[in-house]
Amino acid sequence: MVYKRTSGRALTEIRKMTAKVGVVPNADGSAMFAFGDTVAIAAVYGPRLLHPQHKQNPSTGILRVNYDLLSFSVYDRKKPGPSRRSQEISKVTEWALSPVLNLKEFPNTVVDVQIYIIQADAGTRTAGINAASMALAHAGIPMKNLVTSISVGKLDKDLIVDLDKSEEDFEGGEGPTDFPIAKIANTDEYTLMQLDGKIQPEVVKKVLKLADKACEEIYEVQKKALKEVVSQ
Amino acid sequence: MIMMRNKINEAHEAAEEVSDYSEDSNKKRKIVIPGEIIVKGEDYLPSEGARREGDNIVASRFGLAEEAGRVVKVISISGAFIPRRGNVVIGRVIDITFYGWLIDIDCASSGFLPVEESPRFIRKEEMSSFLAIGDVVAAKIWSVKPKGIDVILKGKGLGKLEGGFIFRVIPSRVPRVIGREGSMINLIKEKTGCNVTVGQNGWIWIKGPNTDSEIKARKAIEFIVDKVHVEGLTDKVEEWFNKN
Repeated sequence: MVYKRTSGRALTEIRKMTAKVGVVPNADGSAMFAFGDTVAIAAVYGPRLLHPQHKQNPSTGILRVNYDLLSFSVYDRKKPGPSRRSQEISKVTEWALSPVLNLKEFPNTVVDVQIYIIQADAGTRTAGINAASMALAHAGIPMKNLVTSISVGKLDKDLIVDLDKSEEDFEGGEGPTDFPIAKIANTDEYTLMQLDGKIQPEVVKKVLKLADKACEEIYEVQKKALKEVVSQ
Repeated sequence: MIMMRNKINEAHEAAEEVSDYSEDSNKKRKIVIPGEIIVKGEDYLPSEGARREGDNIVASRFGLAEEAGRVVKVISISGAFIPRRGNVVIGRVIDITFYGWLIDIDCASSGFLPVEESPRFIRKEEMSSFLAIGDVVAAKIWSVKPKGIDVILKGKGLGKLEGGFIFRVIPSRVPRVIGREGSMINLIKEKTGCNVTVGQNGWIWIKGPNTDSEIKARKAIEFIVDKVHVEGLTDKVEEWFNKN
């Protein structure tokens, strides 16, 4: 049996991407990034004084990420507040972003990143990472490069790029597979790799190749949004 | 940035930052994002906000890339206030210690004003008669070290601010409020008759002959902050003053 994507997209087609920089006026840097119906907003504050004090690092500043899926973002109202899932995503997002940052100039400080998912249709952590990387750049924080992120999955035996909710819950064939990846733009360095489901080891290389191609497209969208903010 | 320039005009040394925005024919500028190649070739030297990667000079932060001869740097155009030596800031006294005053300058660490900065000798018990907790001062950053920021009060227009009011604008827009060589701020002073001190940390102090002129000056500044990317802003502001 051959499965088709419910949205009618081609196997490697990403949902329509929208990106905007400077969406939160009171933040030091902010950005919005959307994959179709998944919309993430990221706001960056700082470098600012870090409390609690015992977390301060005299040799460098630190990054602190908070990811939150807002209660109205999904069909069944989500109970507001932190959860095991949101804490995990906050942590992996922090790990995905920190390799590009250089906070050596700001000892004892923290750069706070708040990621809010205002609409969720799968791929929220990847949209969050894309938004956060743009927001960090907008905040003028020294960084090596942007971070781009995409999820790759499986529709039975076919590899598909940028899953939506129905594909994430796909039950036919070989079952649901979700493989979110984040990488440093224009390099071969990956900063996030998670796997939910099953995948054959020999297919992983193909997954990375698809992710590389998708990330190039995302990078162009991020770049365009960042350059536009100045001419507004 | 030449911090030790002797000519201190009314708009303070903050005005130096302004040249970042002005048009200069022998300097090339473009917006770059982190990781973007600014120029290729061995002939260039990376400065602030840029680095060398093989043959290329690559941006390390988002901002305006500027080539001045062989030196390439990236000037930040957004984000939080990063204190630098020579910046004029407006802050509030938050604590009095045995050795001086602690001043909140609205950035990651607070500024320290040593007792020696007092113009006359004062006894420890009298420190609050010179600057009490809650007083607002215009100060200049003397040094930025990992252990903290030292500020001084020596310089024109610096010291305790009495009367008038303070308000905050986005720090990255301060250069626009001051204008090239202080042109914008001088225009506002001239049109409203107010005394205006602009801190690089985004705090602005206004004191005028009457409340109306103070409010007018504030409105003018908010107008400028709104229209930060408009070209020929000084003319627009003059127009605005004629209308209001």
